[in-house]
Amino acid sequence: MIDFLLDQLAPFLQTALRMGSPILIATLGGIICEKAGHLNLGVEGMMLMGAITAFMTAYNTNNIFLTLFAAGMAGLVGALIYAFITVTLRANHTVTGLVLSIFGAGYATYIGSTSAVGKSIADKTNVVNAIQDIEIPYLSDIPFIGPVIFGQSIYFYLGIAVAVIMYLYLKKTKAGLNLRMVGENPGAADASGINVALYKYIHILAGGFLCGIAGSFYSIKLVRTWTSGPTAGDGWIAVALIIFATWNPLKAIFGSFFFGVFKGLQFKIQNVALPVIGTIKPQYLEMLPYIMTVVVLVFIAVKKKRENQPPNALGAPYFREER
Amino acid sequence: MIKIVKQNEVSKKQSILIMLGAIAIAFVISGIVIAAFGKNPFQVFAGMVQGALLKPYGIKQTLNKAIPLVVLSLGVSIAFKMKFWNIGAEGQFYFGAIGATFCVTYFPNLPAYILLPLMMVVAMLFAGIYALIPALLKVRFGASETLVTLMLNYIAVIFVDVLQSGVWKSADYMGRNHVAKYPENALLPKLFGVHIGWIFALILAVIVYILLKKTKLGYEISVLGENERTARYAGMNVTKIVILAAVLSGGICGIAGMLQATGYEGTMTDTMSGGFGFTAIITAWLANLSAPIIIVVSFLFAALLRGSEAIESSMKMSPAIAEIIQGIILFCVLGSHFFTNYKVIISKRVKTSAEKGAEKND
Amino acid sequence: MAYVRLENITKIFGSVTANDKITFEVEKGEIHALLGENGSGKSTLMNILSGIYAPNSGSIYIGGKEVAFASPKDSIDAGIGMVHQHFKLVDVFTARENIAAGKGSRGFWSSTAELNKRIADIAEKYGLAVELDKKIYDMSVSEKQTVEIMKVLCRGADILILDEPTAVLTPQEIQILFDILRNMKKAGCAVVIITHKLNEVMEISDRVTVLQKGKCIETLKTSETNPQQLTEMMVGKAVNLDIECVPMERGRKLLSLDKVCVKNKENRNALDEVSFDVFSGEILGIAGIAGSGQKELCEAIAGLEKVSEGDIIFKDESIVQLSPRDIIRRGITMSFVPEDRLGMGLVAGMDIVENVLLKAYQNMPGMFINRAEGRRIADDIIERFQIYTPSASHTVKKLSGGNIQKVLLGREINLNPELLITAYPVRGLDIGASYKIYDILNEQKQKGVGIIFVGEDLDVLLHLCDRLMVMHSGKIMDIVDPKSVTKEQVGMLMMGHKQ
Repeated sequence: MIDFLLDQLAPFLQTALRMGSPILIATLGGIICEKAGHLNLGVEGMMLMGAITAFMTAYNTNNIFLTLFAAGMAGLVGALIYAFITVTLRANHTVTGLVLSIFGAGYATYIGSTSAVGKSIADKTNVVNAIQDIEIPYLSDIPFIGPVIFGQSIYFYLGIAVAVIMYLYLKKTKAGLNLRMVGENPGAADASGINVALYKYIHILAGGFLCGIAGSFYSIKLVRTWTSGPTAGDGWIAVALIIFATWNPLKAIFGSFFFGVFKGLQFKIQNVALPVIGTIKPQYLEMLPYIMTVVVLVFIAVKKKRENQPPNALGAPYFREER
Repeated sequence: MIKIVKQNEVSKKQSILIMLGAIAIAFVISGIVIAAFGKNPFQVFAGMVQGALLKPYGIKQTLNKAIPLVVLSLGVSIAFKMKFWNIGAEGQFYFGAIGATFCVTYFPNLPAYILLPLMMVVAMLFAGIYALIPALLKVRFGASETLVTLMLNYIAVIFVDVLQSGVWKSADYMGRNHVAKYPENALLPKLFGVHIGWIFALILAVIVYILLKKTKLGYEISVLGENERTARYAGMNVTKIVILAAVLSGGICGIAGMLQATGYEGTMTDTMSGGFGFTAIITAWLANLSAPIIIVVSFLFAALLRGSEAIESSMKMSPAIAEIIQGIILFCVLGSHFFTNYKVIISKRVKTSAEKGAEKND
Repeated sequence: MAYVRLENITKIFGSVTANDKITFEVEKGEIHALLGENGSGKSTLMNILSGIYAPNSGSIYIGGKEVAFASPKDSIDAGIGMVHQHFKLVDVFTARENIAAGKGSRGFWSSTAELNKRIADIAEKYGLAVELDKKIYDMSVSEKQTVEIMKVLCRGADILILDEPTAVLTPQEIQILFDILRNMKKAGCAVVIITHKLNEVMEISDRVTVLQKGKCIETLKTSETNPQQLTEMMVGKAVNLDIECVPMERGRKLLSLDKVCVKNKENRNALDEVSFDVFSGEILGIAGIAGSGQKELCEAIAGLEKVSEGDIIFKDESIVQLSPRDIIRRGITMSFVPEDRLGMGLVAGMDIVENVLLKAYQNMPGMFINRAEGRRIADDIIERFQIYTPSASHTVKKLSGGNIQKVLLGREINLNPELLITAYPVRGLDIGASYKIYDILNEQKQKGVGIIFVGEDLDVLLHLCDRLMVMHSGKIMDIVDPKSVTKEQVGMLMMGHKQ
């Protein structure tokens, strides 16, 4: 039994946490944006923009900081388009977000097929080493937990750190309180002297930056060559996770790794003969995260609580002189 | 000082002008983007127009793309009218194709005049049932239909892969996962060089127009889309309407999948949608969910898609440029609604003495 | 110059001039009433002073210096605080969070000792009682209002504007509020109270400014005027304040509720064993503080709310299990005017014809909609109820408030109902339009229709209704005779005290 835990489960959970890390970062990006009252369905698009930008930057500079920064900025540019149209021009959030996803996918595919296809960053050692799984001294020697939690890459640690910081920011700081008020009731926030548009812009852009970084995982960490549409819908799963996490960054951690498990299954159970079921067709494992998302969406819709509701003004354009 | 005030009423003519202005701006921005990619935008646009609209072969290809686009746009427009965000046109398209292939696989010897209608009915049925899932989850549990339909897109594509690598795998492709080519009696005939799907697309446009504008169900869909509480108050059966409209919406998207399989591809593949399901969301929205305008907008977008393919080899551009341009167009049009709802006033009022004082204190 | 001076303020919304060259002054240490009917421009003027609306022209002076407010932030910095009619509070926040947000506190963290001390000081100084850790959604209206007042005082406001602060309070709560306002006056604040209730103006204010249709009529010392004079200024001409209650022999029993219960989302009784009868040819008034179960009662009868216990009998037949559509067919119609006026009953984005079709379409034969028929009915209603509109294909949300309400009521009456439920039909209407609505209701009553009238203004309820039912937290307190009861007695009942 213990052997099974060490030999089978630990590597599996390690993969689950690895696959969950970018989803966590993207979910956090979505949460901070939705806390400002803006439903952003463009997460997938911003991630793809980040993915291609990261790949190209890594290929051309071999510098991890530039790579991650550029990925974040690419997501931020996507978010800026979205913010301008929904905050300043007060357009429909749902449609604008969807278009951002289409636009981002087109952008990534275009750049990818003209500049990135056939290239590899395997020899860009500065980047590759920096995002290698790090074995934290001593801690990673703890049996079972060690390799699972303390043998991860910077994406994992970054995700956890951002989640904790975001939680404290929302819960404890004045700016976080103001932000929540903007998302709940922009009219009240405005009347309290809060610059509603500024708060919305800053947090939508911050969310875009995180989504861009999340996207970089798929093009420089998961694989080292460019494949079209590398995120494979994880951005949409992140959007669902925002609801699942009830807009709480800490709960997003558990949600993301829960989905990481289903993503991980594809890599670990393929072609393994299981008792009773036998071998599972790989496609069914591929379907699993999407099916689980639907299940989770139903689950959270049923389990509604007052404290778990979306920001009250989510998706509603704000105009001060509305009568 | 810039002030924004609510616009009272904009005439139809003005709103059309604003829309056209937005599209013009979109093309200017697209041109700048193309230039930034290192290509000459004028050559690119000229190449697109030539490749899509001027040569007979190009026109045929444009029409081939316009057919599924029109049908899908009509499909999603029914759901959108109800503010039911059916983003699942892709998945329903694939289930339509699965329904069609199902008929071809198990009744291959039926005469065309029976087989083709059967394929259409089964395609509608399959896709309708697929759209029933998000509708039921929405009315029964309140689950977000946007995300559920999206997830169902991915599941549908994988399911097609399951079929083409499993029970429906053909031996003709030397081990590659592929469904068999449809036999002759399962292919749509051609008229004027294009498969007669275009006739169905036009008929569907008329049907959807009548449905939304003239029938009680269409009226109920519009009221529900505007205000659910009012719909309930007026004694409408909200659950029934949501389910009916979603199933109809999905069913029509399924017809698109069937038409594409039997008219264009001659089989079913897991890449046959070519993203039409997403483009249809844009075209339906741009056409303001009006069936006649959907035909026009879909045709133009088909031309854009075809044009981007035409320049692929000549200009060494990826056809993904079409997605970028689509995005820019809709961004601009979405943004332009601001100018139909609000007015921007730039007043030349000088600052008061108190304001200057306040600045010092800051 | 006065401490606060607004000079020649003009504000135009689309085609409506809400404020027309209004000049208005307030001094420190006075309570100044801003009197006018609904729609006379009071709230607009004060929204301009609090930086929410930008005026089209005019100037604002505070302490002798001209100011220009680009946003509410500037107004708060100038010491202005406004308690809005619809509270600007976040429901899921605690009182403290609502107070701390924005300009309420400084510093990096959201909860500070400095803020707590400041709140405690203010509470003592003005006699405000706030439970800081209570969530807003658990609060009564009066508690929420106290939070709002605390909020603006915490931002250091010395110019306080209250927009219709008494509209949702019981007479007893109003007295507590007035005590707080008197404390502020003593502390040297300038207090503006927006109202359309004359007795309150007489009781609390030092001076009064009367607005009428966007224009400033006059500013007077309260001690030198009287209600009759103020009324004349408010409405422009002397009107008979009495609303007619047409004498009418009450007919057969139409509707009978027997111990009806309705559960709310938290599974508590929103309606608690409600029993009463409605007869044809009478107007049964329903009074109560907002949220006492009026909405649930209307919706239960109309079949929109699930009745958990009890029975509703309409003309000897139980209608509890029927769908809204079947209930409409049996001759019960409801026109409920919610706070946002267009939330229920009308489709804001559709034209009059399509809104008329909302009730008519189900009786049309076949699967198609007969728009020509809809247009005929719409034209009928427009003529009969004198709805002012360019045409029947005019979008409803672009009509004025009174006309919107007439479309709603007109459509219901046009169905020739036997029982008409109407909630807040004069909400937001001026006196002239309100009287038209009262006339329409009386006319229906004379035709033998049974009418349930849910109202806000006690004066109106006492004058118009044949019987008045008072509700408190989902229960019926009593059914009283409007001719013999006093307002104070009704107020006690609304608060849940039985004599």
